[in-house]
Amino acid sequence: MKHKTFFWFFLPTALAMFLFIALPLTSIVSQSLHTPHDAVLVVVESCDPFGCKSETTIDHEASKQIKEEQPKGKWVGFQIYTDRNHLAFKEVGELWENKTNLIDFVSGLNNLPFYRAMGFTITFVLVVTPLVILFGLIIALAVNSLHRHLKGLMVFFSLLPMIVTPLVGSLILFWMIDSRGIIGSGLQELFADPNLSLKASTGLTWITLIVYGVWHSAPFAFIVFYAGLQTVPQETIEAAMIDGASRLQQTYHVVVPHLSPLVAFVALIQLMDNFRVFEPIVGFSASAHATSLSWIIWNDIGQEIRLMSSAATTSVLTIIGVIILLMPVLIRTWREFNPQK
Amino acid sequence: MTSNQIKRPLALQILIYGFVLFWFILAAFPFMWTMWGSFKVELDFFSKLDWTNVFSGVRTQVVYGKSFTGAGYDGAWIQEEFWRAFLNTAIVCFCTVLTSLTLATLGGYALSRSGFRYSFWLLIIALVFRALPPITLVSGYLQPFYDWNVWGTLPTTIIVLVAINQPFTLWMLHSFFQTIPKELDESAKVDGCSQFQAFRHVIIPVMWPGVITAGLFSFLLAYNDFAVTGILLSQENQTMVPKIASFMGTTQTEGNIMFAVAAVVSSIIPLFILVMFFQRQLVSGLTAGAVKG
Repeated sequence: MKHKTFFWFFLPTALAMFLFIALPLTSIVSQSLHTPHDAVLVVVESCDPFGCKSETTIDHEASKQIKEEQPKGKWVGFQIYTDRNHLAFKEVGELWENKTNLIDFVSGLNNLPFYRAMGFTITFVLVVTPLVILFGLIIALAVNSLHRHLKGLMVFFSLLPMIVTPLVGSLILFWMIDSRGIIGSGLQELFADPNLSLKASTGLTWITLIVYGVWHSAPFAFIVFYAGLQTVPQETIEAAMIDGASRLQQTYHVVVPHLSPLVAFVALIQLMDNFRVFEPIVGFSASAHATSLSWIIWNDIGQEIRLMSSAATTSVLTIIGVIILLMPVLIRTWREFNPQK
Repeated sequence: MTSNQIKRPLALQILIYGFVLFWFILAAFPFMWTMWGSFKVELDFFSKLDWTNVFSGVRTQVVYGKSFTGAGYDGAWIQEEFWRAFLNTAIVCFCTVLTSLTLATLGGYALSRSGFRYSFWLLIIALVFRALPPITLVSGYLQPFYDWNVWGTLPTTIIVLVAINQPFTLWMLHSFFQTIPKELDESAKVDGCSQFQAFRHVIIPVMWPGVITAGLFSFLLAYNDFAVTGILLSQENQTMVPKIASFMGTTQTEGNIMFAVAAVVSSIIPLFILVMFFQRQLVSGLTAGAVKG
């Protein structure tokens, strides 16, 4: 295809991505370096027969003028990045100096909103991703050995948790684990503790969110592995059988290696998707115990007074996180595309 | 394979069926339970005393004289005007799917037919864009949208959703077009077609399976989105998902939680139908990127 033809074919999609992905990216970087102007205050002295009083009022004219001169706001550099709500350099430094042991330091970090969110996001990504792969693989192996008609049915029902809107899926589970809901009250009876509530403690909330994450994403891993299982070479399985490999050994030495490229694929998609965990926190009303990076951004801009600079700063930090996460993949793709220079 | 299956010991057989049953319950039961419960009153759906109340509907009988009631649906759809949210979702999804498919078909086709280095870089950039959480971009939109006074309307949201869907749809269609042999459009070009004519007369007739699959995923992204629609739409233009979220905040009074349950069930039904009819396309779409590695 000629460059010119390519250009015209690709122009619409490039334009959409440039205007609504690339430009907003520059916009958030710029917003994160500015804050809204302070109002210009003037002291007006008003005198009457009883004496003089000075009043402080906002000079609307001057405020408006400053806003027109610098529409982006006041330049503050990296000040927002280092404040208490983001990287909190000062607070972290103090914590580090005053720490008695490492646990102390970590629990201190947990009181800083950004590190708290970071902690949950990373835990979520690191726990959910391997569990999804493992669980998906087991489901795929089990379903693959079923009768043909059952397979179709299982695929249908397995797709549901993944296809359903994340917010809606988490609400459904939230109602079931409510202390009056079926799972919640069932657990209370099981542990003979009428005050047991999955929403009350941080640990249980995290576990609930992680269970939701696995429930939501396992179908994806299942479908991908299930498709991979259809292409396992039968000759190799037979050869392994003749060599005396047990069923477990066949699975471990033939089937799993065959699926390993798919594992990498599922892991990549899962890393990207779990890093943006957000809807379940809203659905489970879990923000008191668990927050994620996406959630703090949403919380900043979803309020009455929209904290744009703060949200933009967290966004930039999140994007840096995503890029670090993707780095291994990008480097690998780069090497594959440029074999030894 | 078959001989392999016959020899499976009984214990393993039981283990497999047990696990499949476990997963089946895990995957399907929450939906069945909520659908059934949505026709009850709150005290039945959330019954602390006796969970079998949901099946017998004791409280529902006390209030309405029968064990099923459409009160939740009535409250959600008519009183809280959920029908408006449903219509908005329909409009947003339809326009988003149509536009993003049009753009991505052209772009994906071009990428799959161009062997130049920049097409590789464009794909990598699209991958990075795909990985960005949509909410990070939303804070970039808000200020300009306020300034231009376009915040809160459906067209704005549609355009944003199209753009956010683009990287994903582009990747999907790119890998689909690669499975269509290049010789097809090259022979058309030898016969004197321009590139666009080759696309128009040779590729368009054979591209529908891939386009339908990509359309399904584009639909799901638009339908399930909360980050963008929740922030960029004003109250009266809300689609279903933000509307459900707003139910949670405002209707905590007794009885009204069933409005939210009914709304949730209403929003699942279209997805059920979708999976029922397009199961094969969904599965092939999920594995499209994977099988190539």
